Amino acid sequence: MSNIALEVHDLTVAYRRRPVLWNVDFQTTEGRLVGVVGPNGAGKTTLIKAILGLTPLASGHVEIYGQPYAQQRQLIGYVPQRESVDWEFPVTVRDVVLMGTYGRLGWFRRPGAAEKAIADRCLAQVGLTDFAGRQIRQLSGGQQQRAFLARALAQEATIYFMDEPFAGVDAATEAAILELLRSLREAGKTVFVVHHDLQTVREYFDEVLLLNMRLVAYGSVREVFTQQNLQRTYGGRLTLLDQAAEAVSLREPPT
Amino acid sequence: MTMYMIGPSLFAISIAGKVALGAGLLGAAAGVIGSFAVLKRRSLVGDMIAHASLPGVCLAFLIAGSRDSDALAIGALLAGMLGVGCVAVITRWTRTKDDAAVSLVLSVFFGAGVVILTYLQNHGTGGQAGLDSYLFGEIASLQSRDVRRLAIVLGLVLIGVTLAFKELRLATFDEEFARSQGWPTLAIDFAVLGAIALVTVVGLPLCGVVLVAAMLIYPCAAARCWSNKLAVVLVIAAVIGALAASGGVLLASFPAIGGPIGEWSAWLVGSTPPPGPMIVLTGAVLFGLSLCFAPEQGLLAKLIRDANLRHIIGRDHLLRSLYELTEPQLAARPGVTLSQLADDFRGRSAQLRRLLAEIENEKWIERSGDSVRFTSAGLNRATQVVRAHRIWELYLVHYVDIPADHVDGGADDLEHLLPPELVTRLETELATAGRLPPNLKSIHPL
Repeated sequence: MSNIALEVHDLTVAYRRRPVLWNVDFQTTEGRLVGVVGPNGAGKTTLIKAILGLTPLASGHVEIYGQPYAQQRQLIGYVPQRESVDWEFPVTVRDVVLMGTYGRLGWFRRPGAAEKAIADRCLAQVGLTDFAGRQIRQLSGGQQQRAFLARALAQEATIYFMDEPFAGVDAATEAAILELLRSLREAGKTVFVVHHDLQTVREYFDEVLLLNMRLVAYGSVREVFTQQNLQRTYGGRLTLLDQAAEAVSLREPPT
Repeated sequence: MTMYMIGPSLFAISIAGKVALGAGLLGAAAGVIGSFAVLKRRSLVGDMIAHASLPGVCLAFLIAGSRDSDALAIGALLAGMLGVGCVAVITRWTRTKDDAAVSLVLSVFFGAGVVILTYLQNHGTGGQAGLDSYLFGEIASLQSRDVRRLAIVLGLVLIGVTLAFKELRLATFDEEFARSQGWPTLAIDFAVLGAIALVTVVGLPLCGVVLVAAMLIYPCAAARCWSNKLAVVLVIAAVIGALAASGGVLLASFPAIGGPIGEWSAWLVGSTPPPGPMIVLTGAVLFGLSLCFAPEQGLLAKLIRDANLRHIIGRDHLLRSLYELTEPQLAARPGVTLSQLADDFRGRSAQLRRLLAEIENEKWIERSGDSVRFTSAGLNRATQVVRAHRIWELYLVHYVDIPADHVDGGADDLEHLLPPELVTRLETELATAGRLPPNLKSIHPL
């Protein structure tokens, strides 16, 4: 019997009383590469932020290896969307990667030789060793994405959440990320990847989570990534749910 | 008679020194803590706190009945924090955006402050207490006790930032990642805001409600030109903040010191200019100098880099012209007349003369009368240039799908920056794809 790495139980998230995720419920076995797929506005980023406790839940709960997230932070690695930070910020690439070790260090302790060694190893893993001393604006988009990946690697996590790591990267970076994902899986890690490119889902992932405000389907790519399920995920907006959301936000009963 | 003149002037100088010290302490503290607001794109927040503190100052005066600086500072702090709270409430509960809420609170609080100030002045006591000096600041506000207070504030800011440098850097750069690691970013945010409010409030009497926020902003904006490392940016911001503040109050106190500079500045800005504007203008000068003269990011450095690149491009063009004019009999290194060269080289004749002199100096060409020919070193050099140009052209045609007749212009920009290893790699790639024409294989440096 294999371990359950992540359990999401009846998760609902609302922005300004308007639900954006409804009753999402799934559990994931350790060691899987999971693609999170769905149209724009389907709540993919929201799902990850809700799991990480960055967005308040309207209802439901999340367990990492059977414990609440707050107690299991050390097991989590996070790659936010590249656009979420100011790349003009005065830090070097190595500084950014070192941030991955901050969670273990705790208050006021500075990263020491051990942390720097970890950072250098992670930089080498994503092929950025030669760029370690550069200010982060002086990287290409793909290199910036790899710097974020290296930071997550430096977290030395068990479960990784990556928000669109393949968005707007060059072919070399795409290949490097893919290789990294596979080596993480070989090391027994569980990785969730928000992904946009339907063409590559079969090739990249073991499991796929189809999302459009609710969980459309979740399971192995072979069983779940079907024409029918995709139609249900992408084919038209979910009019009934839309109306319900609209009604709730307007405080009117649905007609 | 002379003694009589020097006496008060010396006295004024010693006061000016103390004022400059106090202002420097304030400037350094504001530069360091303001950097975190600027880097988080929250420059307006300090301005909001400063403006919002005016009604607090006035009400504290009304309640305390005197111009006790502690009471006024507490009033300012409370009103400033109330302003921060109002912004939080407005953005949380209405659809007003962050910047609109900040501007709104700033102007409403300031408006209320001015109304109360006018009331106080019309009822006698306020005018005598000189509360209106809170608008643009006043040098006399810096007494020994205030200098000590400023030193304590600077000490607190430096200790806090040094201790929590790692946490501040992370929370300022990537708040969500910090939260995913469990850092209490909201508390860190409030600590920074609190420190900004504290620095603002102790700076108010000197720099004034209207301009004190600038002391939070320009040091970081200027320091950012000099370094890409946060620790260095903070140190430079502290230095620039201190220099601007000390310099500003000195300029403002020159009229009181006397002497030729004093007379000149008295003539320029009146008998006693308020220190706030002088500090801000001094800061603006330092910011302007940083923009122009910073080593890597300064405008001057950029101009020099561009000029260097244009120079290299011009020289490469000349070498290529000479190479292509003599291409059929390269090995013999025949001569080319200057007029032939001028026809082929697309540039001004002055530029051509300058470049010719330069490459002759490099011993790349020999001149005899009207004719020019390569030396063997020059031919070698020109071969490298032409090879890079042609390989890059081929690469663009075959791999980037640029139509052949559009390539020349585009190739010109990048080929001058291609490192030799990359040219060799491109060549290998083209060769393995069978796309290297025979005439290119032959042009290798000798």
